Amino acid sequence: MEKLSLLDAVALPIARANVDTDQIVPARYLQKPRSADFGAFLFRDLRFAADGSEVPGFVLNQAPYRHARIVVAQRNFGCGSSREHAVWALYDYGIRAVIAPSFGDIFATNAAKNGLLTIALPDTAVDALLAQLQRTPGLQLRVDVPQQRVALPGGTSFPFELGAYLKTCLLEGLDELDYTFSQMAHIEAFERSYPY
Amino acid sequence: MTLRAVRPSGDTIIATSPAAQPATLFDKIWQQHCIVERDDGQSLLYVDRHLLQDGSAPAFEMLRQRKLTPRMPARAFATPDHYVPTANRDLASIADAEKRAMAEALRTDSTSAGIRFFGLDDPRQGIVHVVGPEQGLSQPGMLIVCGDSHTSTHGALGALAFGIGATEVAHVLATQTLWQRKPKTLRVTIDGRLAAGVGAKDIILAVIAQIGAAGATGHAIEYAGPAIEGLSMEGRLTVCNMSIEAGARAGMIAPDDTTFAYLAQRPFAPAGAAWDEALVRWRALRSAADAQFDREVRLDVGALEPMVTWGNSPEDALPISGRIPDPAHAPNAERRAAMARTLDYMGLTPGAALTDVKIDRAFIGSCTNGRLEDLEAAAAVVRGRKVAPHVDAWVVPGSGIVKQAAEARGLHHVFEAAGFQWRHAGCSMCLGTNGDQVAPGQRSASTTNRNFVGRQGPGSRTHLMSPAMAAAAALRGHLTDVRELLAR
Repeated sequence: MEKLSLLDAVALPIARANVDTDQIVPARYLQKPRSADFGAFLFRDLRFAADGSEVPGFVLNQAPYRHARIVVAQRNFGCGSSREHAVWALYDYGIRAVIAPSFGDIFATNAAKNGLLTIALPDTAVDALLAQLQRTPGLQLRVDVPQQRVALPGGTSFPFELGAYLKTCLLEGLDELDYTFSQMAHIEAFERSYPY
Repeated sequence: MTLRAVRPSGDTIIATSPAAQPATLFDKIWQQHCIVERDDGQSLLYVDRHLLQDGSAPAFEMLRQRKLTPRMPARAFATPDHYVPTANRDLASIADAEKRAMAEALRTDSTSAGIRFFGLDDPRQGIVHVVGPEQGLSQPGMLIVCGDSHTSTHGALGALAFGIGATEVAHVLATQTLWQRKPKTLRVTIDGRLAAGVGAKDIILAVIAQIGAAGATGHAIEYAGPAIEGLSMEGRLTVCNMSIEAGARAGMIAPDDTTFAYLAQRPFAPAGAAWDEALVRWRALRSAADAQFDREVRLDVGALEPMVTWGNSPEDALPISGRIPDPAHAPNAERRAAMARTLDYMGLTPGAALTDVKIDRAFIGSCTNGRLEDLEAAAAVVRGRKVAPHVDAWVVPGSGIVKQAAEARGLHHVFEAAGFQWRHAGCSMCLGTNGDQVAPGQRSASTTNRNFVGRQGPGSRTHLMSPAMAAAAALRGHLTDVRELLAR
């Protein structure tokens, strides 16, 4: 997976809770192979009307946010269906970090497998970020993986938790399957004593 | 208990002793499947059963790209459900080439790996979460995964079952294991006796309404209490199925005589001496009487009414006697804005009676409510009556086996005589990936599990409810208290 260490990028404010994975990528794109550009399908039915024209009111269609690489959203982001395509859509669009008070469990796991960093911050911090981003469209945030901090220009920063294993994977671009294969002796030992 | 000594390679040793016996059903299964722990606290778990459906092509492709093949094909099982047509059993009739390819790929990928596959030419094909239990593939104490969020369904058999993404599917295929952070435990105890016309779907909608769509995030739920014990296995499958809609990692019910009676003699269930041995093991799984859970929630369903959802989250559920909520009464600005958006999308007026909500489509089916008892409950309401003239009503059995059993009882005649379409098994209109969609602006009374914006098709308006309630809505042409129709 691609390395992620320091990210200075425009952040997209999504002032909604419970953004489900059907919104992130509608079911009619799930049959596309991974090689497709899922970024085109990101928030498809919020971004585009039925006739294919852009919905001007949707935040991603507004000029300062188009090149966002960070998303800031409210609680329970990525709830619902297990579709990993939701992560691919964000990732292929260019998003590398999502900041929210909480995430759907399966979405967060899928994100970790793909090098998309999910950062859980308290509601107050997220609300503060959203307010700033809406006040100053195009504002860049810094996501610092080694320091585990999200920083606003001007110095305010928020610490975030990041497990040591995932941190190493992000910093070094490591893949979980390779790690599991290094544990194969344990797996085989387990199977030898497992009767079912 | 065996000591599983692990070589130190940065990984902690797991040792279990009689004094540290885990107390809950969840703890027991987790402990029995733990191979090794990582220094970030994630455990490597052994997968007993890997269920595959026709969303699996990207996972098999990931394997091919790394020149890997499935490690334990005997523990996997595949059946297509998301993309299959329900008008017929002909993959060639799928117009979209990519969708057809997904369904075809499952056959090719499975059979070339030696994974058992039930295709459209096999009456045992169906929705994977219907097929697993009915074939006896899903058993107590198993760790079961599938690349679909409703895998929690199998927890009704007393298994630890959860949904995973495509990369994880590839990981399980390649290694027969999965890394997981151990969730917390939440016991949901359901007291009271259900009234006539109220069932398992109403219970789970009430639970989700109470704890919220993220109420169980990070937790594995165990459902307990007399109202749960009183449910049939199919009722328990319905309850566990929607655990994910409360954000739960898994949802399970301790195996008991209902479970064993359900499983006995199923095609892949143990038999003979193996069955007797399994029973002893399975009886030992239930949570100890003094087991500790991280959280406890209680509900009494004695006064529970049939439930329906009005909004775009499964938590937006109310008794059928209720009224559309008013955003003005929302607890905060965020909720007010969200409610206003939802009511606008759903075309609903605050304060209107739910029973005034007119519907265009009725759908009885899905991994939530596509089983024989669901069809019987709907048929009991429908028998001798007619679908309202403006309603397009469908019944999609959850599997070919369910369809055959229903037809043996003449249920298809009941539905067809009333004006329902009687179709073939598949996920169908739950999410419409096979083309079975609700048109923009249409309102559906649906026995499915999600009412998200656009779930059943762009612009579709979904109301979730039980099979009896969907049948009642189809007959009346609007959301209806089914108990009025039952009391004849």
